This record gives sequence, structure tokens and C-alpha cells, in this order.
Amino acid sequence: MTRRLLVVAIGLLALVGGAITYVVQARDGGATENAVPVVSGQTMALDGKTLFFRNLAAGPDAGKLAAVPVGNPGAARRVGDLHCDRFAAAGGTAICLRLKPGSLPPLTEMIVLTGSLHEKHRETLPGTPSRARVSPDGRIVNWTLFVSGDSYAATGFSTRTGLYQVDTGRMVKTVEELAVFVGGKRYFASDVNYWGITFGADGNRFYVTMASKGKTYLIEADFRAYRGTAIAENVECPSLSPDGRRIAYKQKVSNGTWRLAVLDLASRQVVHPPETRSVDDQPVWQGNSTLLYPIDKDIWSVGLTTPPKLFIGQAASPSFS
Amino acid sequence: MYLASVGPLRTPLRRVPGNVVALGIVSLVTDVSAEMVTAILPLYLVFGLGLNPLQFGLLDGLYAGATAVLRLVGGHVADRWRRLKTVAGVGYALSAVSKLGFLAAGSAVPAIGAVLAVDRAGKGIRTAPRDALISLSSAPETMGRSFGVHRALDTVGAFLGPLVATAVLWASLGDYDSVFVTSFCLAACGVILLGAFVRDQAPAPRPVPVRGGLPVLGLLKEANFRRACVWAAALGLFTITDSFVYLAVQRRWDIGTNLFPLLPLGTAGTFLLLAIPLGRLGDRIGRWKVFLGGHLALILALLLVCGPIGAWWLVLVLHGMFYAATDGVLPAAVGPLLPEHLRASGLAVLQTGQALARMAAAVTVGLLWTLWDLRPAILAITVALLAVTIAAAVLKPLEVRR
Repeated sequence: MTRRLLVVAIGLLALVGGAITYVVQARDGGATENAVPVVSGQTMALDGKTLFFRNLAAGPDAGKLAAVPVGNPGAARRVGDLHCDRFAAAGGTAICLRLKPGSLPPLTEMIVLTGSLHEKHRETLPGTPSRARVSPDGRIVNWTLFVSGDSYAATGFSTRTGLYQVDTGRMVKTVEELAVFVGGKRYFASDVNYWGITFGADGNRFYVTMASKGKTYLIEADFRAYRGTAIAENVECPSLSPDGRRIAYKQKVSNGTWRLAVLDLASRQVVHPPETRSVDDQPVWQGNSTLLYPIDKDIWSVGLTTPPKLFIGQAASPSFS
Repeated sequence: MYLASVGPLRTPLRRVPGNVVALGIVSLVTDVSAEMVTAILPLYLVFGLGLNPLQFGLLDGLYAGATAVLRLVGGHVADRWRRLKTVAGVGYALSAVSKLGFLAAGSAVPAIGAVLAVDRAGKGIRTAPRDALISLSSAPETMGRSFGVHRALDTVGAFLGPLVATAVLWASLGDYDSVFVTSFCLAACGVILLGAFVRDQAPAPRPVPVRGGLPVLGLLKEANFRRACVWAAALGLFTITDSFVYLAVQRRWDIGTNLFPLLPLGTAGTFLLLAIPLGRLGDRIGRWKVFLGGHLALILALLLVCGPIGAWWLVLVLHGMFYAATDGVLPAAVGPLLPEHLRASGLAVLQTGQALARMAAAVTVGLLWTLWDLRPAILAITVALLAVTIAAAVLKPLEVRR
């Protein structure tokens, strides 16, 4: 009996010891040198000539907000101290979403930044960061978070999309109260989900994806009137071009596969840029004819008719400002 | 008050059969392992792997159904081979191995689905033989207390899981693989503890070989057992799913979204505190009465959610009371009705019927919610549950023995 107890004790100790050893080695596992050239300790600002992105290159600066000149995206990336999982900037305002460390269930810190990237406002929200945008006039920041139930077997995931008015401090934690019309009738359903807001230059017109009963709709909405109309189906993560004429988005092909598509708002024509791989993100416009989007851990660019090319390696969440 | 006089402090574990305590500790360790993965899974999928979580969740219903079927298989095989401990051990081991599967699966979505399926399969297989072991290890007159002790220990594990996961993420600087490895090691500890400290209860061999069909089908001819199964399923048909309760609480009292994920802790905390006292109460006054009383607690909770009075914490307390009065009390009530050689398969039939009925309830409430709204949907199902509870109380399907 005592021998058996000894064997059991050794087995338990070996397992617990093994777990602790694994955790400790994982702690030291991070790379100590950056895999790509990085200039650290930089101060950055929204100067209108910079491309910002999340640095994914392994090393001590992985996960930080990085910047390169728009004219020379291959230059060494400059980083400061700011960590962001999603970043976007426009009109002298920036939004940084990041997972709050050590929070279970997960919480996201939504940080509003000024033109010199100083913190102006912070909110802690439930969920994990998914999308972030700033209206072209810099007055409204918006975000989408993934929210999960308390058990992976009991409930699925949903998205929660909210926005914050920088001048007034008015916060809308979820846009689910938006009055939406589908086919001319006010739409009510308990399962509506929203994701991926994009604002027009007037800071009032915006577009967002609404999902309900297995369909997704492109909603064109008026912020002041707080009502919207479905203008297309199978549109996710809309992104309005700077000239306000086109919507780039991801179009679902099958479960887990999307392709880039561009909708002309005036003619309602849909074209597909020559990118054949699956794209799962809200595209970013560079000018009015080029799109940026992530594939694996790199940012690619594609013209409406010109072929895709690698834009910046080891990067995500691009934004021009 | 009666409840206070039988509080857990006056229930030293040594008065509970050693096998039950051992099984409770195995469940505790296993639940820490399972809940730590549950807690980080959304984070892992979205952040660790960069997957779009909206593509998950579709298979949930399938898994729940498969778990129910495998519970029947686990119960049947355990009785057939007269190897309760071995079959339970296979279930625990499958779930343990699945934790390492996460490391191997990487970001391949079908592989992750397969890993989750193996985990659920393990849970399905082990449940019935484990409950049969608890039942066979206890004297019939204190079976409620035994199940109460087991469920209380189990819930402690569910509490600790997210805390351990947070600690591991903190210590490993956010390394998800460390969580899976730790979870595997804990689950393996559970298997070792089961092997070393749980004694198998070889049920008496079946007296007369049953000809044709599964012996468990013959069990359903047994009036008492059949009635218990039918009433448990009938109550299950109108038992609202947890997530709807929490959603309703959030709407009624406008609970901040930050606090929303913490609502289940209120239920679990009450469950933990009341599992043993209510199990003992069942031993004294009749387990079926306590089982029905638990449903009254749920009805009261739902009425508070819909009505003008009450407080959110009171709803959670009543919801936890519902679990404490039903989850372990039902197998304790029905176990003694079953012959020893069919204990696992009989409990599997009982619990599977209840689980399938509750799945149907979830679909119904979801449908009513879409058609009407959340409040009328809850009111409708509450009224139906009240009617079935009263019928079950009047017809007294089980009060023959205590």
C-alpha cells in the first residue's frame, strides 16, 4: 500500500512539475532580438504622412504600434511604447484596442488618442478586439469586439459594435438600438449582430454590417437620425473609399472563406479585385483605387484591376494618417 | 431554521463514503482542467490563432447530441462489462488527451473541431458510470448527501478553473500552449487519482439473462423508474437554459456588460454552498420533494425576473438553489430504484432524457423569444413549468420510498 502511494505521489509530482517547467520555459521563450529592423523608443504623431500598423515581427517590440513613411513602407519601422491589437487613425484622432492583460473573461481596453498619440479617454469593454475605425473628421471612433458566452459548448460567439463621440464624450456601447429597415419595413429580430462600421466624410453617413437569421446586410445609416436601411446582401466589414463612391468589403464564399469585393454605390455594380485568397478583415483604402488587407501575418495590397503584392511583412491593422 | 442546522460545517467529509470523496476530488481536479480551457478558448481562437470565431458555435448542437448518445453507450458498456471504474477512466483519459490535441491541431479548424469532439465524448462516456459508482458506494438512506458532496467538490473545480488559467497566462506571459499543457497535466492527475483511490464497485451479475434487446429497455417496464424518467423529462421540457436566465437578469436590472460574464458565479456559488445541505434534506424528507422544490425555486426566480419586485442577486441565489436541489438529487432519488447491475445504464437513460428535453426547451424559448420577446417567452415557459411541477407533486411518482 505504501509503495503504491509512493508511485502515485511520484506520478502527481511529475505531472505538476512538468506543467510548472513548461510554464517557466514558455516565459523565457520570447525572442530577444527583433526579426526585422526596428527603431525603438520613438515618439510618433498623426502627421498625415505616416502609415501606422501593428508590428508582428518576433522580438521585444512585437505587438507594438509601428510607423513607416507612406512613401517608403520598406523603411525600418519606428516604435514607441504603445501596444495595440487594433489601431486606426483619421482626422487627428486615433483609436487603439488592446486586450487587457490577465482578464478572464477577456476585456478590451478602448483608448482614444490625440494627434500626438497621447491618451485622451479610456474605456474597458467586454470581449476581444476585432475591428476599429475613426470617422474621416476625427470626431467619432468605433469598434467591434468579439464577445463569447461563458461556455464553449453552451453558446456561440457574437459581436458587439459600439462608438464614442470624441467631442461630447457620448458613448454608445452597442449600435443594436439602430432603427433598421429591410425591404422598406422596420426590421426586428432578437439575433441581430453588427460589425465593421465605416463613416463618410461628413461624419454622419455610415455603413455597417448587420447579421440576422443567417444573412448579412449592408446597412447605410444616418447617425443623427439614428436609422439605417439595408442596401445590399452578403456584405461584411464595409470600408468606404475616401471619395465616398465605393464600398470595399469581404464577401462570404463559404463557411470560413471570404473574398474581397468592391461595390459601386451609384451603379450598384460589384467588382472583384484580382485577389483569389480568402480575406478576413475590414479592408483599408490607399487612395481611391488600392486596398490593403492582411493575409496570414503580412499586409498585402491590390488594385481594383492590378494584381496583389506584398505591402509590409509581419504586420497587421494598417492605417494612414 | 432547518437548513442552517444541517450546514456543511456539521458535515465532516469522513462521514461520507471514502469512494465518494475520492470521486469528488477526481471531478474537482478534472473540472479545474476543463474549465481553464473553456475560459481561454475564445481568446485562444481569436488571438492565439487569429480565427474568426463566428465560424464556431455551429457544431454546438451536434456536440450536445453526440454527448447524450455517448452517455447511453458509456452507461450500457459499463454495466455490460461490470467495469464502472474502467469505463469512467476511459472517459477521463479521453478528455485528458484531448487537451494535448490543441497543441497538435494548431490553427486547422477541422482539427480543433475534432479535439473538442473528443473532449465532449470523454465527458459523455464517464458521466453515467461515475454517478453509478457514487450511487453504489453509498447507503440508500444517505445517497443524497453523497451526491451533494460530489457536486459541491465538482463545483469548487469549476470555480478554480478560470483562476488557474489566469494564473498560468500571467506566469507564462500570455502563452496559451502553457494553459493546455497545465490542463492536460491536471486531467492526467485526475486519471491517476481515479486509478489509485477509487474502488470499483462490481455490481452483482444480472440474475437472469435477458433475451432480446437491451436490458435497459426492460428497465423501462419498471413503473417507478419509467415514471421518474418521464417526469424528469417533462420538467426538462420546460426548464429554461442558463444563458436565457442571465440575459433576462441583465435586461431587467441593466447589469453592466463588464459584470455580465460573472453572473454564472452567483449561481455556482449558491450551488456549491447548498448542494450538501439540500442533498441531506432530501435524505430526510424525500428526494423527490426536494427535486420538485428546486423547480419551484426556478419558477420563483423566473417570476422575479419578469415581475416588478426582487433583486438580481436573489434570482441568482434561487437559480443556484434550483441546481443544488436537482442536479445531484435526481440520481440520488432514482439510483435506489435501479438494480445494481443496471445502475449506470439506468442513470444514463434518466439523465439523457432530461438533457434532450432541456435542449428542446432551449430551442423553444429561442423560438418564442424571436416571435414575441424575451419576457413573454419566459413567462410562458414558467407557467408551463409550474403546471408540470404541480402535476408531478400531485401524482407523486416517486414518494414510495425515501
